[in-house]
Amino acid sequence: MTANRYIGSPVERLEDLRFLRGRGEYVDDLERPGLLHAAILRSPVAHGLLRRLDAAAALALPGVHRVVTAADMGAAVPKIPIRLQPMRELEPYHQPVLAAEKVRYVGEPVAVVLAESPAVAEDALDGIALDIAPLPAAELLFPAAGGNLAVLYTAEKGDADAAFARARYRRRESFAVQRHTALTMEPRGVMAEWDAASGRLTVYGAAKVAFFNRRILATQLGLPVEAIEMVENDVGGGFGMRGEFYPEDFLIPFAARLTGRPVKWIEDRREHLISANHAREARAELEIACRSDGTILALRGRIEVDIGAYTRTNGMVGARNVAQFLSGPYRIPDIHVESALHLSNKTPVGTYRGPGRFEADFFRERLLDLAAKDLRLDPVEFRRRNLVAAHEMPYPLAMLSPVEKKDELDSGDYAMTFERCLAEIGWDEKAELQGKLVGGRWHGLAIGPFVEGGAAGPAESARLALEADGRVAVYVGSSAVGQGLETAFAQIAADALELPMERIRGVFHGSTSHVGEGFGSFHSRAIVMGGSAILMAAERLLAAIRAAGAERLGCAEEAVEIADDAVLAPGKLLALGELAPLEAEARFDNDKHTYTYGAHAAHVAVDPATGHVAVLDYVAVEDVGRIINPLTLKGQVIGGIVQGLGGTFLEELVYDEEGQLLSGSLADYLLPSASDFPAIRTVLLEHARAPNNPLGAKGAGEGGVVPVAGVIANAVAAALRPLGVEPNELPLSPPRLWALIEAARDPASA
Amino acid sequence: MRTAFEVNGKPVAVEVEPRTSLADCLRHGLGLTGTHLGCEHGVCGACTVLLDGEPARSCLIFAVQAEGARVVTVEGLGEDAALSPLQQAFRKHHALQCGFCTPGMIVTAHALLSAEPEADEGRIREALSGNLCRCTGYVGIVEAVLAARAHYRRRP
Repeated sequence: MTANRYIGSPVERLEDLRFLRGRGEYVDDLERPGLLHAAILRSPVAHGLLRRLDAAAALALPGVHRVVTAADMGAAVPKIPIRLQPMRELEPYHQPVLAAEKVRYVGEPVAVVLAESPAVAEDALDGIALDIAPLPAAELLFPAAGGNLAVLYTAEKGDADAAFARARYRRRESFAVQRHTALTMEPRGVMAEWDAASGRLTVYGAAKVAFFNRRILATQLGLPVEAIEMVENDVGGGFGMRGEFYPEDFLIPFAARLTGRPVKWIEDRREHLISANHAREARAELEIACRSDGTILALRGRIEVDIGAYTRTNGMVGARNVAQFLSGPYRIPDIHVESALHLSNKTPVGTYRGPGRFEADFFRERLLDLAAKDLRLDPVEFRRRNLVAAHEMPYPLAMLSPVEKKDELDSGDYAMTFERCLAEIGWDEKAELQGKLVGGRWHGLAIGPFVEGGAAGPAESARLALEADGRVAVYVGSSAVGQGLETAFAQIAADALELPMERIRGVFHGSTSHVGEGFGSFHSRAIVMGGSAILMAAERLLAAIRAAGAERLGCAEEAVEIADDAVLAPGKLLALGELAPLEAEARFDNDKHTYTYGAHAAHVAVDPATGHVAVLDYVAVEDVGRIINPLTLKGQVIGGIVQGLGGTFLEELVYDEEGQLLSGSLADYLLPSASDFPAIRTVLLEHARAPNNPLGAKGAGEGGVVPVAGVIANAVAAALRPLGVEPNELPLSPPRLWALIEAARDPASA
Repeated sequence: MRTAFEVNGKPVAVEVEPRTSLADCLRHGLGLTGTHLGCEHGVCGACTVLLDGEPARSCLIFAVQAEGARVVTVEGLGEDAALSPLQQAFRKHHALQCGFCTPGMIVTAHALLSAEPEADEGRIREALSGNLCRCTGYVGIVEAVLAARAHYRRRP
């Protein structure tokens, strides 16, 4: 028996065997006899009163089966509840699954066409006459609620105002992050089958939080939860966006029950850009107080977050996080930061990888650089001095209200990753390039430490089943969104059971049929929560095997040894599979977050003629507590960094004053491509084990994205310091940066 | 209308509408669901197939335009039982996560290395820049394609 053979090894992924050969099964790959295809009629205006909807011409088209409108739903159109931290005061802003009287954003579903082919369904959309009396965009969205301010969060620690009153140095500044989105490569999709005879509904295309969504759907459809099965197929990327409950997650199952036929809807890219959750749009007015030696005393300010037209399931998360995590990895005794959620006539927001944290890190790291400049301190030394020290752990974060819950940084040696990152980028050697014009480009360097929250509770479940051939099937409530869970969980299970990985028959995840109650994948929780549940279930399965083996072999449990595919006692042997079927289920409960931490550093070169920024070198150092698979961990971190670079330089959901989205295609909404950011390196550590879970792991799905904008903007500022350019708004697109450079060179022309 | 072409070495004849894209025809007419649709406007590259040996966006081609052509999809690039050397390199270098862009990426990389087995990193990044991946940040993909060059150099 050799323990721990797989955890920590760069095991090649099991998933790849199907994905590389085109054998994955995504929701649009499913076909059913008698399948109806759905197309959604969406509001073409941002704000208006729905006066009339006439589908006669659509219904006259050959192949059109039915047009579903709010009238088919009876008295009350179901609304989408809030999944995370619901509040009574937000109830007026819940989104109805179909607009009945008023539309509030371009893209809001108004009707559903069901037809024999997707093309005919789309043709029929043109045959629906829609009469909408336009209202001004950004007027009161919900007049009865009295205003467009949905809720105000406050992150509070100590007494910020008193600290500011005492402080000799204060700096106030404004910052902004643009609206952008996760943009998974696979658009969303749902297929639903209704079995009238048994009264059972099966929904394909579930992701992220299938169990929670099943409860919403059961309530909306008036079905018992057990009558619904949510099936997780292969999923083409999640990043927080996919798998939340959207209007289509009701509309398609509803249509299947209404028609008695299977119904499939696959989102197209334009639809995706106007209907899937947006994220990140925030403006901040922040102030820092320091001692003259650079000790940070306090932070205060207010952040205005545009959440779009409705609250959806988790539209508040970014707004709460931007307030609570503004302090990041720093020792800041006094904090008062407000975050105001404003409704607007835009697509509703939800979480996107590192929600609120990407924005918070940009705001904070820019503010720190400006303060360091004012105080004539080396920005590296300034940061070093204020990092939370290892001996201060656990370190309290600001308390958030109205949803009060104590939270604290759990463990870590922040100084260690900071110094390592400086060494890796070659800070001392490159420092002489700071603000130098070399070959026509300005060079700059910056470093930013960060924390990444993970392991959200309340629990996760796993079930391990020994099968007749001696292999074990792993069932888990965590969801796979492309991150390689099957491999990582097989590694964890194989180590825990002391079996070769080949004897893990498969890891079955996400779907509601696998475990009694699953909690899914968000908040960098799957490895920590699902992995810990698998560890616990494995212990129970081993105990059950020993007990059953002892009985069969006629010996004491302590005498039973499990060796690969056999159960042994002195002089006796039994094939493991002979004990099948044998099962063990476990639930790991947890109410404490993990905090992965580290630092990123970048070396950039800015072309003043074009405003283009070349990222010459980018280094990420991250301590994740325990590495399950270094290959997939590296993939998570680098993938996150490049998404962050996209959000920093390229990606923007641009609206005009009428509330029309102007960047509605991938020709307008720019994603990073293979030629944009070639130089990215990672150093991944397992230094500070997570104290609050048996694996010792911390979440790792989001850290890559969190510090990127702050680090890059500071590197750009360092490069352009001789010109005095301070980039405080994203994206740092060539035109914006070029304009800042021109304005700095010739203030009169600005 | 009826159109006939060759897919992965086998002749096929399918009934399509004039407006049916090659991608829809492959996916829903022929059951070759390895070819993915990520944008349907020619930007993301997930639907890339080989059309008479050249990489092409199957979302921008009508099925009837493939009449008489040789079409190769991701399903035609591996062996039945094993991964091709390029696919093995993708696996070894963790060049994929969710797998959605992967078929187009594999087809594009295969076309590149078949024509230019000496392609350097800059050239590989340029050639792959028409295939968007949201998961990997491209680092693993470029490493995989660089590593697979040796195999393409040895091919006759």
